[in-house]
Amino acid sequence: MSLLCVSDLKTHFIFRNINNQLREAKALNNISLSLDSGRILGIVGETGAGKSLTAQSICGLLRPPAKIVGGTVQFDGQDLLTLSPDELNEIRGADIAMVVQNPRSSLDPLTRIGDQLVRIHQNHSGGPISVSQRKALEMMVAVGIPDPEQRQKAWPHELSGGMAQRVLIAMALMNEPKLLIADEPTTGLDVTVQAQILDLLKVLVIQFNMASMIITHDLGIVAHYCDDVAVMFAGEIIEQGSVCDVFLNAAHPYTQSLLASTPERLNLGSKPQIGGQPPDLFNLPTGCLSQDRCAFMTDICKTTPPFKTIADGHSARCHHAKPNKTKTQKKGSRSDG
Amino acid sequence: MADVILSAKNLVKRFPTGKANSFVNAVNGVDLEIKRGQVLGMVGESGSGKSTIGRTILRLTDPTSGQIHFDGKDITDLPSNKIRPLRKDMQMVFQDPWSALNPRMKIGDLIAEPLKIHYKMSRSECADRAEALAKRVSLSTDFLTRTPNALSGGQLQRVCIARAIATNPKLIILDEPTSSLDLSVRAGILELLQEIRDETQAGFLFISHDLGTIKLISDQIAVLYLGHIVEQLPKDKLFDAPSHPYSQALLSAHLPSDPNEKLNKLTLTGEIPSPIDLPSGCAFHTRCPVAVDDCQTSVPMSEKISNGHFASCSQIAHGNNIIQRANKI
Repeated sequence: MSLLCVSDLKTHFIFRNINNQLREAKALNNISLSLDSGRILGIVGETGAGKSLTAQSICGLLRPPAKIVGGTVQFDGQDLLTLSPDELNEIRGADIAMVVQNPRSSLDPLTRIGDQLVRIHQNHSGGPISVSQRKALEMMVAVGIPDPEQRQKAWPHELSGGMAQRVLIAMALMNEPKLLIADEPTTGLDVTVQAQILDLLKVLVIQFNMASMIITHDLGIVAHYCDDVAVMFAGEIIEQGSVCDVFLNAAHPYTQSLLASTPERLNLGSKPQIGGQPPDLFNLPTGCLSQDRCAFMTDICKTTPPFKTIADGHSARCHHAKPNKTKTQKKGSRSDG
Repeated sequence: MADVILSAKNLVKRFPTGKANSFVNAVNGVDLEIKRGQVLGMVGESGSGKSTIGRTILRLTDPTSGQIHFDGKDITDLPSNKIRPLRKDMQMVFQDPWSALNPRMKIGDLIAEPLKIHYKMSRSECADRAEALAKRVSLSTDFLTRTPNALSGGQLQRVCIARAIATNPKLIILDEPTSSLDLSVRAGILELLQEIRDETQAGFLFISHDLGTIKLISDQIAVLYLGHIVEQLPKDKLFDAPSHPYSQALLSAHLPSDPNEKLNKLTLTGEIPSPIDLPSGCAFHTRCPVAVDDCQTSVPMSEKISNGHFASCSQIAHGNNIIQRANKI
C-alpha cells in the first residue's frame, strides 16, 4: 500500500452566479495517483490544469466555492476526506508538509524566523522549548542556511528569495513529514538559485525518506529531479508513468505536443504544436477533453477514453495510445543532485 | 554603418536610494549594438539590469552617462519633444500583457492607438489598419470590439505585438514577452516574432531569463551580471562553448526537457550581490568558482575570443573549461 493513494478525486466549484443560476466548474475530474516513500512525483500541466488544486484538495485546504464531490484520499491508512478539521490539523504541518510558491508572503512578517520554526514544532509535538529550538537550528543547518545562530533572529524581510525558500523548506521539515508537497517551489527564483533549491530538495527526500510531490510547469525540472510524472490537462491526469517512459515515449498526443513546445525541441517555422484553448470547465465536452486541440481526433474520441497501459507503470488516457513493446532506455547518464 | 540601428556606448544608469552618496548601480558601462534584422538576446538573473537597459536605450529612463545612437542619430540628450516623433520607430513589448493594456479600451482601439498618435489617421483608416494588424498577428477579428478581459494571456500578448508593429518600427524591445505565458502559447508567440523579424527587418532586443527561449530566437546573445555584459557571443556558442564562468553556471542551471541529457553541474553558491554595494574588481568574484586573489582588485577587460565573441574574465586565458577546473578544485 502506497503512502498516499488518491482515487477518483473530484473537486468542483459550485456557486450561484449573478442571475442566481447554479453553476458548476468541474475543475478536477477523476484524479487517481499514488506515491511511495523516497520517490518524487512531478505534476505538470498548463495554467488552469488543476495542479495546485490537486495539492490543496489532498491537504484539505479548499475554500468555498471549491468542494470535493467524490473520491478518496488515503494517506498512511487514513482517509483524509473523512477527518474532522481538528484531526486534519494534526496531520497537516506534521505528517504532510507543504512548500508554496511565494516564500516571502508565506512567512509571518512580524515573527523572527527562528521563532516561526519553533512555533510549528511546538504546535505539533509540544515538549520543552529548548528541544524545539535545538531542532530549529538543526533544520536550518540541514537546508544550508549559513550562520544559523545569527539568522534565526532575522526577520523575514531581511532574507533574499532563495533564503526565504530555504526557511520555508526548513519549516516543512521541522516535524519530519512523511509527505512533502512543493507547489512551484522555484518559480520566481533565479535559475542559479533554482538549482540550489532543487538539489537541496532532492537530497532531503532521500535523507529523510519522504515522499514528495513537486508541482511545476517546467518540464526541465521534472526531467531532472523527479522519478515519476503525472501530466494534467483540464482537471484530468492524461498520462502518468516514470519520467523516462513519459518523456521519451509519450503516448498521449497532448504530452507529445507539450514536449515538442519546449524551446530546445521547438522548431520555428513548423506550425505551432498546440492550437486552441483548453476546454471550458463549465461545459466540458463529452469524451476526450483534448479533442478540440488534437490532431489525431476521430469519431471514437467522442466517447470517454480509458486509461490504457503503455508499459509497466506507464498509462495514458487516449483511445489511440498503443502499448509500447520496446523498453525505454534507463536513465543511465542521469546526474543526481 | 547604415545597418546598425542602435548602438550604446559605456551606458551607465544609477538610481539614487534616498541616502546621500548611495546609488543602485543598475547598469555599469554597457556597450551594445543591434543591427537591422538582428535579434540580440539579453539574458541574466533578476537584478542584473536587463530591463533597465531596455528602458534606457528607449529613453524611457534617462541614462546617467554614456551615449545612445539610434538610426545614426545621437539621442542621448534629446529633449522629450524631439524624442516623441522618434518613438514610432522604436517600440516595446512588455512582460505582463494584462497590465500593459488599458482594460477599458476596445482591442481595435488599442491596436490603432499608435496610428492615431503618430500618423493622425482617421477613424476608418484606423479601423482598417487594426483589422489588418489583427490578422497579421493571427488574432480573430471578432475580438476587435471586445475589451482585454475577454482575451487570454497569449491573445493579449498578440495585441501588444500588433500595437508594437503598427508603426513599422526599426527597433522593437521585447522585455520578457513570453515568460508569463504557457509553453504551448509561448511557441506560437515566438513563431510570430520570428516571422515579423523576417518581414520587417527590424532590430530586436529580446530580454529573457530563459536560455532555451533566448537561444531559439536570438542571433547574438549578451550575458548580463550585475549591470555588466560579462560575455557576448553568437547563439550557437552559448550552448557549445561559453567562456565566462558565469555563462557556464547559467548554462549548467538550464534544465533540458530530455531526462537522459547529462547535466554539467556547476552550482553557484549564494545569490547575486546587492547592486548598491558592488563587489570590487570583477563583479562576479564573490560567487566565482575559479576566482583568484587578483579578481578582487582588478576589473577584467572585455577580450575578443573569436569573431563576435567577447568575454570579460581574467581567468579565461588559463584554460577554457571552467566546469572541469571547478570540479577539480
